[in-house]
Amino acid sequence: MEAAAVPAAETTDGIPTAVVAARDLTRRYGEGDTAVDALRGVSLDVADKKLTAVMGPSGSGKSTLMHILAALDRPTSGEVWIAGTKLGQLSDTEITKIRRQHIGFVFQFFNLLPMLTAEENVVLPLTIAGEKPEKAWLEDLLKNVGLTDRRTHRPAELSGGQQQRVAIARALVSKPTVIFADEPTGNLDSKTSSEILELMRDSVDTLEQTTVMVTHDPRAAAIADRILFLADGLIVRDMPRSEPGEVIAAMEELSAD
Amino acid sequence: MLSVALKGIAQRKLRSALTALAIVVGVAMISGTYILTDTINNGFNTIVVNSYKNTDVVISGEAAFKNTNGNGVETPTFSDTLLPKVKKLDGVEAAAGSVTSDNVKLIGKNGKVVDTGGAPALGFSVDPKEQQFNPTQLTAGAWPKGPDQVAIDKATASSQGFDVGDTIAIQAVGPQRRFTISGIAELTGVGSIGAATFALFDLPTAQKVFDKPGQLDVIRIQSDPGVNKDQIISEVQPLLPPTAVVRDTNAQVKEDKKQFNIAFLQYILLAFAGIALFVGAFVIANTLSITIAQRMREFATLRTLGASRRQVLRSVVVEAFVIGLFGSVVGLFLGLALAKLLNSLFVAFGIDLPKGNTVFATRTVIVSLVVGTLVTLLASIRPARRATRVPPIAAVREGSVLPVSRWAKYGPAVSLTVLIVAIAMVMLGTLASGIATQPRLLLLGFGVLLLFFGVSMNAARVVRPLAAVLGAPAQSLGGAPGILARDNATRNPARTASTASALMIGLALVTFVAIFGQGVFKSFEDAVDQLFIADYAITATNTFTPIDVAAGKSLVGKPGVSDVTPIRAGSAHFLGSDHDLTGVQANIGTGVKIDWKQGNDSVPGQLGTTGFFTDSDYAKAHDLHIGSVVNVEFPSGTRRDLTLKGIFEAPNGGSPFGDATISTTLFDKENPRPRDEMVLVTTPDGVSDANTQTLEDNLSGFADAKVQTRDEFKTNFLKPIKSVLNLLYALLALSVIVSLVGIINTLVLTVYERTREIGMLRAVGMTRSQVRTMIRYESIVTALMGAALGIVVGTFLAVLVAQALKNDGVVFAFPFLQVVFFVIAAIIVGILAAILPARRAARLNVLQALQYE
Repeated sequence: MEAAAVPAAETTDGIPTAVVAARDLTRRYGEGDTAVDALRGVSLDVADKKLTAVMGPSGSGKSTLMHILAALDRPTSGEVWIAGTKLGQLSDTEITKIRRQHIGFVFQFFNLLPMLTAEENVVLPLTIAGEKPEKAWLEDLLKNVGLTDRRTHRPAELSGGQQQRVAIARALVSKPTVIFADEPTGNLDSKTSSEILELMRDSVDTLEQTTVMVTHDPRAAAIADRILFLADGLIVRDMPRSEPGEVIAAMEELSAD
Repeated sequence: MLSVALKGIAQRKLRSALTALAIVVGVAMISGTYILTDTINNGFNTIVVNSYKNTDVVISGEAAFKNTNGNGVETPTFSDTLLPKVKKLDGVEAAAGSVTSDNVKLIGKNGKVVDTGGAPALGFSVDPKEQQFNPTQLTAGAWPKGPDQVAIDKATASSQGFDVGDTIAIQAVGPQRRFTISGIAELTGVGSIGAATFALFDLPTAQKVFDKPGQLDVIRIQSDPGVNKDQIISEVQPLLPPTAVVRDTNAQVKEDKKQFNIAFLQYILLAFAGIALFVGAFVIANTLSITIAQRMREFATLRTLGASRRQVLRSVVVEAFVIGLFGSVVGLFLGLALAKLLNSLFVAFGIDLPKGNTVFATRTVIVSLVVGTLVTLLASIRPARRATRVPPIAAVREGSVLPVSRWAKYGPAVSLTVLIVAIAMVMLGTLASGIATQPRLLLLGFGVLLLFFGVSMNAARVVRPLAAVLGAPAQSLGGAPGILARDNATRNPARTASTASALMIGLALVTFVAIFGQGVFKSFEDAVDQLFIADYAITATNTFTPIDVAAGKSLVGKPGVSDVTPIRAGSAHFLGSDHDLTGVQANIGTGVKIDWKQGNDSVPGQLGTTGFFTDSDYAKAHDLHIGSVVNVEFPSGTRRDLTLKGIFEAPNGGSPFGDATISTTLFDKENPRPRDEMVLVTTPDGVSDANTQTLEDNLSGFADAKVQTRDEFKTNFLKPIKSVLNLLYALLALSVIVSLVGIINTLVLTVYERTREIGMLRAVGMTRSQVRTMIRYESIVTALMGAALGIVVGTFLAVLVAQALKNDGVVFAFPFLQVVFFVIAAIIVGILAAILPARRAARLNVLQALQYE
């Protein structure tokens, strides 16, 4: 299987122009005979103000790719740039700064803090950075995600869908350069999933929020502007916005190989 | 971020409260100690200040030296002819003389001496005409007047059922005699005088009863208004004999308070508070470590949201600060109750001290809160640093483990080094010679602390083998739950090890005390067996306060009595320090088998008024030989040159003799009111019920004299030491309670962590009661590990100390029975600790537990 060609726009001094860019990423877990290559040379540029989906069967390396793009993990070789900054050998403190300015997260299991109310959870990234939320922006945000009447509830008092709305608002609140969403619908029923996907699509359309979403749900991938397929640690296909049926077909085609 | 930490505490109420509980006991102990000792000091202070009310200047007797750590010294009296001279001085408005005694024993209606448990049986004169100086006030009746009247203290009157008009027997100097109670009195403004008693007489009667004819102990002077105290002091000065001093009241109060020094008690209690806090720190560190391991996803999420390591560290430290402060505040106020409990404990063990109003000083508040919070903060540092190592990726990955610190590879080497250094320090501190006391104690103190750390750091490695041995009964008794319990205990060896270590500390100290105590008992008993060849010993009813010589004298020449040989107890100052001085008669050999190194049994008969004998250790230390002359100063200030006539070998367990022993002739010449520490008696046909009866009949005039055989003497003598040991056990129990909290914490957190697993076990058919059994056995196995480690460490320390004190008469004797008892106590601790966690585990809803995320 050939690696799909990925456009590589670069400035004159070799820094990729894309908001998130990766070059020749490999990631090896373990050593010797038991070593596993989760990524075997992945390069990509994430398009600004677009929703990019990363798809692939279990073990394809899609989660590893997202962890490395989001600076949660380091590649064995290769480079990642976020907003023009090479992550390379950045210190923990420098990466913390990148997270505050440029990265938002949406998790499969929501990862809300149980002792905080919905609103407190939403503004937490700002609290951590020592900033105050802009009142009007926060109100808009809570209204957009439909949490205005749930703002004082704690996570335990919210449904799964509501919890994920809180998590999406939390990712949006600091207007990050990019949001990474890790199987955002993986823990939700299909009706709720649709609502959450609608919300994510909406945030890209209205707020122009660049988003990278890892998923194995074809319906989720179908809301993306671009779908990257991973298999055995390589990008094997690069599709533009597609219908769920096309995504399923592409998946079947891949697993047939 | 701060609010996140605070809200986290509110969210985890039970866990936070259990963590705080670990510090509460130690802080309560600090606060209780201060409250109790301040209250006692306040009582003493009121007594002393009150005894000089309306007094500006005080004349009192002053001994040449005090010998406070030994037999003490009776303050010399002065002639009452001084009083009229003082009254005539310029600027003196009023002056009153009085006599006092601390040996006026009241005898209850049952014929037995009212037990003061080592507190003084006070007696003093009151002059109804000089009411302004009277420290007491009547609660019933009238002031005593004439040779047959007495007023007694209210507490004794009510506890012994005496009323005004009753007669009461009193023993002071000479045989007991009866008085009519004219009144009941109390010390003005003092809450309680503890176990002390007092009897009041008019001055001539008191002088007679206390055997101080024509003498005074104190003159209180009230100056004319506007007259300077210094003027009166300089007027009085030339009139004084050498054994008396004049001071202004403030100086005298300060001087008097020196005899009520309870700083020692305070230090001891604070030391136990320190132990409880030390154990608490272990428990907190362990509890926080577990909590942090369980909250990895939370910390990781915070990191992905942009929290820095420093912010994570701060949030854990802030949490510890709040928990520590909360625990300290609770402990501070619990101290009020603990002070009462400690006091009842002391009273139960025979130590009843005076009490004023309860004192809750600012210092108590500050020290309790600062120390409690600081200890919690210190204990949180390591867990907090672990929290900073949680990688952000743990937010998305199931079952992440904490990455090891970069020093981890040195872990085993470091912990082994710590253990070896600690053992070296403790061995050096006990066995090495030529180290001064202070550095030695420091070496020992830090060595023992380090030893606890060292054992705890290495304990993780013995958890598996220990669990295999200690868990075997659990397996055979508990079946499947027993096996699971044993395996659960070894699942996280580091966690089990530090939980057990907290209990280890308490049990090591308890074991040490037990072995050390056993050694002291054994060497004392050996010494008595070797020395005591008389048939009977006569001592005071409390065995320790010396009794008036009249008791022994009254037995001489009585039918059925062969030999009577007294041992006088007093003090002297020679060769640069204060010493216990004893006095014996020529026939001492009939009661005590003396092992002469130089001289023989004829030495006691040759002492006269110029000779003394000593033991070989003292002679060797001061290079004394037969014929050496030593200048000896007596409490009155007189000095005599005494010649060494004999040297004996004292057994390791000690002897009844002081560093110098003189003849009773000389002793009685230099001590106006001599007393015997014991009188040894032989009868023609040894010990028999009839002979005991004869002696008791002969001593019926001395209610304070107790007739006892050798074995009874041993038991009576060791009784108070055993009380002290029991008191130590009770105080150490506090730190065991803290470690019990530690086991509860670990189990509660473990149950929480294994929710899904317990749900699975229930789903495949484990009953609620089997779940409880499983948790209980795990708890017992952990507690037994603590006990096993503690008993080993305690025995190790006791062996070293026994070796170091071999020459001071401490032998190593292992108290099997007590150690078995400690093991049972550990099992009980395990069972108690499991109650709450087991109940929580058994209550889990199977369905919810399985879905638990």
